[in-house]
Amino acid sequence: MEEILEILEKNSRLSNEEIAVMVGKTAEEVEAAIKNYDKQNVIVGYTALINHENTNDETVTALIEVKVTPQRGEGFDKVAEKIYRFTEVKACYLMSGGFDLTVIVEGRSMKEVALFVAEKLATLDSVISCSTHFVLKKYKDKGTIFEKKAVDDREAIYI
Amino acid sequence: MKIEDMIKDNIKNMPPSGIRKYFDLINELDDVISLGVGEPDFVTPWNVREVGIYSLQKGRTHYSSNAGFIELRQEIASYLKRYDLHYDPSNQIIVTVGGSEGIDIALRTLVGPGDEVIVPEPSFVAYKGCTAFTGATAKVINLREEDQFKLTAELLEEAITPRTKVVIIPFPNNPTGAIMTREELEPIVEVLKDKDIIAISDEIYSELTYGEDHVSIASFPEMKDKTIVINGFSKAFAMTGWRLGYVCGHPALIEEMKKIHQYALMCAPTTAQYAAIEALRNCDKEVNDMVKEYNRRRRVMVNGFRKIGLNCFEPLGAFYVFPSIQSTGLTSDEFCEGLLKEERVLVVPGTAFGDCGEGFVRACYASSYENIVEALKRIERFIKNI
Repeated sequence: MEEILEILEKNSRLSNEEIAVMVGKTAEEVEAAIKNYDKQNVIVGYTALINHENTNDETVTALIEVKVTPQRGEGFDKVAEKIYRFTEVKACYLMSGGFDLTVIVEGRSMKEVALFVAEKLATLDSVISCSTHFVLKKYKDKGTIFEKKAVDDREAIYI
Repeated sequence: MKIEDMIKDNIKNMPPSGIRKYFDLINELDDVISLGVGEPDFVTPWNVREVGIYSLQKGRTHYSSNAGFIELRQEIASYLKRYDLHYDPSNQIIVTVGGSEGIDIALRTLVGPGDEVIVPEPSFVAYKGCTAFTGATAKVINLREEDQFKLTAELLEEAITPRTKVVIIPFPNNPTGAIMTREELEPIVEVLKDKDIIAISDEIYSELTYGEDHVSIASFPEMKDKTIVINGFSKAFAMTGWRLGYVCGHPALIEEMKKIHQYALMCAPTTAQYAAIEALRNCDKEVNDMVKEYNRRRRVMVNGFRKIGLNCFEPLGAFYVFPSIQSTGLTSDEFCEGLLKEERVLVVPGTAFGDCGEGFVRACYASSYENIVEALKRIERFIKNI
């Protein structure tokens, strides 16, 4: 992967100037490269990774295994679209194996998520079945472990 | 009986660590950013740790053969081929307790009173220390900033006397970050190839080079038999605490070094040896990722020092930057003590690595990006207030 993407994927808050120093280019070159990534839809967004457990807002996440009937001439994409357009749906993947779509849904309570599945998702024409699994705890997301940041406890040693 | 009188002179006369006072100070201060430690801030890759743990679970808690597990030596032999180094795992490799043990047993095998060991400085403190323990004399070469702290044939030639038995080749270098390319090693090989001098090539930072691949002096056919290569797992695989290294060389040298190793240490810790096998087999990606990250921080630090107005040559190896602080008018020691007391940033005075390190400090960039940025801010403020 290109180095600028690699850096942004770890920390998207770095400025063009900071990235430029890291990769040995000018800030203008970095700016142009990032603009190009935006334009090409390589970079599709800049978000923060939040550990909701440490916030005051209650958030419930569910992973839903969805079986669907693909639509003639349109395959899975149209069905998936009908699902991922809902704002409650945070992620949606087409899967190989025992079911078709993984749908990640976030809500303020289990009831809210359950209602969404029952009323919105399961009632779609092409949806055959939904199997809902609530997330109890997130240990790691997007390559980042959700434990307290380690302190630098290396001891002083004469070398 | 006075206990002190029982101690050998060459031990007693060895000055204590030049940076101990800083370490004492650190303990009294809060919120210190240390760029003083010479070890990776990364933790050993999990797959390596896991193999170590598994070996303990399986009850693999015994000695290995003196030279180390043959399986590990085989892996080391095949790993070293990337540097065009070819050693027979059965009789040309000893697994040691860190690279430091390798330096010690190599010197103890080769030199004693009356012999001279050429030590290019600034460099790792153990070369001179271990030389002194043998009773031999260290003949220091003062490397120069204008040569980018590289060893030149001219400086080497000047230092050689009829008593010279060993020359230390310390590249990639701690503390300067200097490396030696093939072209730069060629004239050194020219000087050494017909002389009865053994090169001890400390290549512990061989994985940590930026833009140029590491070249071992032992990869020159003329030098292979007369070079002892020291390497290890600490820097490349972030395994400092495991204490594991290795030495490679001519079977006759290895055979003799093994005697000291077997009486002093028996064998290297076996938990670490099991883990090291995994490191050599399955860590190319992890090492590559760490090197990439070091490279970014290296650029940030070099750029930062230059912006502050400190002259800083570009280090292409290890994880140190060695800026000149001469423009501040302070000695290395004054600079480091002032910086630590006033701004709570630890860097190490260049003088800790030899007298010619005066006017320089060593800053280690094996620290988080945030730490480096904050440390540079504090250093800038410190210099403005001098």
